[in-house]
Amino acid sequence: MTEHDQHEGSSELSETQLRVRALETVLTEKGYIDLAALDLIIEAYETKIGPHTGARVVAKAWRDPAFKRALLDDGSKAVRALGHESRVGDHLVAVENTPARHNMVVCTLCSCYPWDVLGLPPVWYKSAPYRSRAVKDPRGVLAEFGIKLPASTEIRVWDSTAETRFLVLPMRPRGTEGWSEERLAQLITRDAMIGTGLPKRPEEVA
Amino acid sequence: MDGVHDMGGMDGFGRVEPESNEPVFHAPWEGRVLAMQRSLGYAGAWPIDASRFAQEQLPPRTYLSASYYQRWALAMERNLVERGYAGADELSAGHALRGGKPFARKLTPDLVKDGKEGMTRGSFYRQAQAPARFRPGDRVRTKNIHPPTHTRLPRYARGRTGVIELVHGCNVFPDTMAIDKGDNPQWLYTVAFEAKELWGPDADPTLKVSIDAFEPYLEPA
Repeated sequence: MTEHDQHEGSSELSETQLRVRALETVLTEKGYIDLAALDLIIEAYETKIGPHTGARVVAKAWRDPAFKRALLDDGSKAVRALGHESRVGDHLVAVENTPARHNMVVCTLCSCYPWDVLGLPPVWYKSAPYRSRAVKDPRGVLAEFGIKLPASTEIRVWDSTAETRFLVLPMRPRGTEGWSEERLAQLITRDAMIGTGLPKRPEEVA
Repeated sequence: MDGVHDMGGMDGFGRVEPESNEPVFHAPWEGRVLAMQRSLGYAGAWPIDASRFAQEQLPPRTYLSASYYQRWALAMERNLVERGYAGADELSAGHALRGGKPFARKLTPDLVKDGKEGMTRGSFYRQAQAPARFRPGDRVRTKNIHPPTHTRLPRYARGRTGVIELVHGCNVFPDTMAIDKGDNPQWLYTVAFEAKELWGPDADPTLKVSIDAFEPYLEPA
């Protein structure tokens, strides 16, 4: 974009809007894209693809030891076996949090993220502060999310520098024995599966 | 290339600021950009590596001030023009002034609806060209390389010693894909480093960082 439209504000938005509309018109007139397909893609990301998929995967892993082993052994295969509408790409690796180790995921070079199981990434995940600091000062980053881990816990940061995508399997909260998958899934936040959050406590959900 | 996109370990960008109840898109044009990119990807216009490389080549000031989807749009314009799919004059005019250069296929509503072809990533796995050089537990050193073109070896992890943790199989090699030199399949590994190896003796002793590294980035340590 030109220099003047790099600033925040409505004039910048309108220039970007015009520019995107120009792209869309040119690509349509040249026969490269189908506008109805565009609408459906947007609708899918707004209504179907999101962290509820990852939450179901984690909840199942918490309840079903065989599924958990399968998930840690081959994330893509295990998630695909659940038959999600949108097939998961074949490069998913699930990494397990334990009392001794906390995992956190970043992409320092762009913003790689497991879209199939978490939806589109939040702005902070794509931001320079997160991308720059996650690999050097993860405890400082976690503090900004309100998370303080024991000083002895190993922190493991996974920088997504290839097409491999990482899903954090958080620890199951105490006091959830006997809960159904659906109920457990309510505890599992997007950030818990990135590693910048922890699952909700049982008393936080109905 | 040693660009501002390679942010791991840089200081001065400030606090991470999560937004509560964040919408999927912050403006309708963001979704349009994403969906256009997805359609062009399906059409086989250029690989994702070329999209990333085009973003990396934005002037640093633009890269840092543009939003995520603005960068996508700018990279898309660049690739369309450089590869002869659209003219800069057409993008300025907001209309096609000439016919298109045909793609092998086109993403249509039925393909998006069935959720298989249109909405999923293709596989990046390829047939191995040679046995893997490293095994889990091997100590490796990353090379100190500074190619002027696209690479996925971040600066903070160059010339560092780590341990092979996972072997992911053979994948397309972004460094050649980005510059149209073919998929050149390479073994891909997760390599873990102690924080002190990356950040010096004052680093958090409880921290380990891993990258996914292609075999050409690595040598035995």
